[in-house]
Amino acid sequence: MTEKWNITLRVYRQKTGQAPRFDDFKMEVDPDEYVLDAVERVWAFHDRSLCFRHACHHSTCGACGMRVNGIEKLTCITLIRNVTHNGDTLKVEPLRNFPIISDLAVDMGSFYRKMEVVGARAVLPVTEAEIERPPAAWSPADALYTRLSDCLECGLCISACPIAATSLEYLGPAPLAAAQDRSLSRAPELLEIIDSEDGLWRCHSAFECTAVCPSFVEPGRRIMDLRKQTIGAKLGKLFGK
Amino acid sequence: MPKPHVIIIGAGFTGVATAHDLALRGCDVTVIERGDICNGTSGRTHGLLHSGGRYAVKDKESAIECIEENTILRRIVPQVIEPNGGLFIAIEESDLAYAEQFIEGCEECGIPIDELTPQQALELEPHINPKLLSAFLIPDGTFDPLRLALAFAGTAKHHGAHFRTFTEVEGLLTDGQGNVVGVNVLDRTAGQPTEIRADIVVNATGAWAGQITSMAGLDAPVTPTPGIMVAYDQRLVQRAVNRLNVPGDGDIVLPQRRMVVVGTTSFDAENVDYIPIFEDQVQLMLERGSELIPGIRNAKPRGIYMATRPLISGGSGRSIARTFKCYDHKETHNVDGLVTITGGKATTLRLMAEKTSDMVCTKLGISALCVTKEMPLLSYRQYYTIPN
Repeated sequence: MTEKWNITLRVYRQKTGQAPRFDDFKMEVDPDEYVLDAVERVWAFHDRSLCFRHACHHSTCGACGMRVNGIEKLTCITLIRNVTHNGDTLKVEPLRNFPIISDLAVDMGSFYRKMEVVGARAVLPVTEAEIERPPAAWSPADALYTRLSDCLECGLCISACPIAATSLEYLGPAPLAAAQDRSLSRAPELLEIIDSEDGLWRCHSAFECTAVCPSFVEPGRRIMDLRKQTIGAKLGKLFGK
Repeated sequence: MPKPHVIIIGAGFTGVATAHDLALRGCDVTVIERGDICNGTSGRTHGLLHSGGRYAVKDKESAIECIEENTILRRIVPQVIEPNGGLFIAIEESDLAYAEQFIEGCEECGIPIDELTPQQALELEPHINPKLLSAFLIPDGTFDPLRLALAFAGTAKHHGAHFRTFTEVEGLLTDGQGNVVGVNVLDRTAGQPTEIRADIVVNATGAWAGQITSMAGLDAPVTPTPGIMVAYDQRLVQRAVNRLNVPGDGDIVLPQRRMVVVGTTSFDAENVDYIPIFEDQVQLMLERGSELIPGIRNAKPRGIYMATRPLISGGSGRSIARTFKCYDHKETHNVDGLVTITGGKATTLRLMAEKTSDMVCTKLGISALCVTKEMPLLSYRQYYTIPN
């Protein structure tokens, strides 16, 4: 790696019982490193008190979501080159709409509870996972295999959603997308959960969730489809089907 | 009578699996982790659920552990596994020459293999190198590293284990005669130091084990050995694809979500808090990975990262066996109250926990036996939803 940039990493800090602040760290970086690499180096070499979440470093686990210059990013796959310039500042903040544990680390508890309430699938048949973007060469044997779901449960969609802040109980984009994935025809018991004040009618179709999703889930489109499914199911009930 | 209190340092694979095992055997368990769960080596593991084929020729003990644990994990934690199998493929004549030892080794270790013609292998995986000379189907799999740890941790929590994340161990409490009776910790979310006492402290910090043992003035039984992984943005295969040869660099390509991940390398390092990315290793992954799957050259890197294996001491790099070892420091150094577990691999996390828990229970006089082989784990989401 040859190119070197000098940047200022501006990091949101908050410790229990103290007022929030920003700390600046002047760093030499390679622009082709990821934002998470710079954050991890702050902890390793500059300030051991920094708290942040990370695990897989390749967009499988969903732990390292943060706001980078105000936009939700999975920091392990966000190249520094794409979010700042040589000599410029790079601001990292925790996700919104989650309680802050400390600094950049947030508490995912209520979000994971909602994923559980809708029975979000973790593993699904491989052909079903790829159905909307099938690879060029399908092998007939692929139908037999399973794979991990695209949704990483990273919470970026919850942070970006302009509606999530209006109700703590709102299911939010990823859980509603997971309900759509299960589909009302296969899981009719979901109707009661999603057809409610804090279910899919609270969405205002801002599509911010789809804009920030790092993983092809398109929660916005899925919520719209789930509304169609819901109306269909209710009309069906009305006419005794 | 109060339950004996066990502190486990480290919420990586070994720590969470040991918490699960000990909670089931009636211990009061506290897991202390300086970051969030799985922030070290475990989170960054390749994600290969080993069949044991990789070790079947030179490291049979590891190979047998792998196939047994692979079978158990498929049963108890299917929620985090793609059980799609793997291929070992021969590209060059020298790979073919290895085939005989490979077949014998797998048979000896009880690893079921199925020899395929190149045509059959290409029908299963159209993106592998069409020049392949031979292939073997083997029960490898892929797992999601964080969620594998969360499933063990969540189930441990359900059985009463406590998790104190963002809490760093700064020293060991001793009884005045050098025996360990607890830890000094710093709550990093508030900057608060506290003392926590325990009947036994388990050092499950993997590549960092030496930092903990040095707090008791003891040598480290671990050789930190990092390696690189490069994730590319196309899922070109459904199975793990291994080079049929002696284990080496860049010889495993693994499907992971919509990606493939090529790994890895092996070198020694001392300060493992941050391992920089070496450009020559990135290039090596591209070269070696595309020998197995040529389409990798048309894919883009999506994530590049280093993970540090905690190999048991006594050698260097790939010459070290991939099995694990549990140390009672009463026996090694006449320091009571401290147990260190190191070595091993993700696939054998449950077995490592079983052996560590056996040692802890013997020391505490607990007769309960390990039951983790048969017990399905709860949803990994329970880790976040059960209050601490």
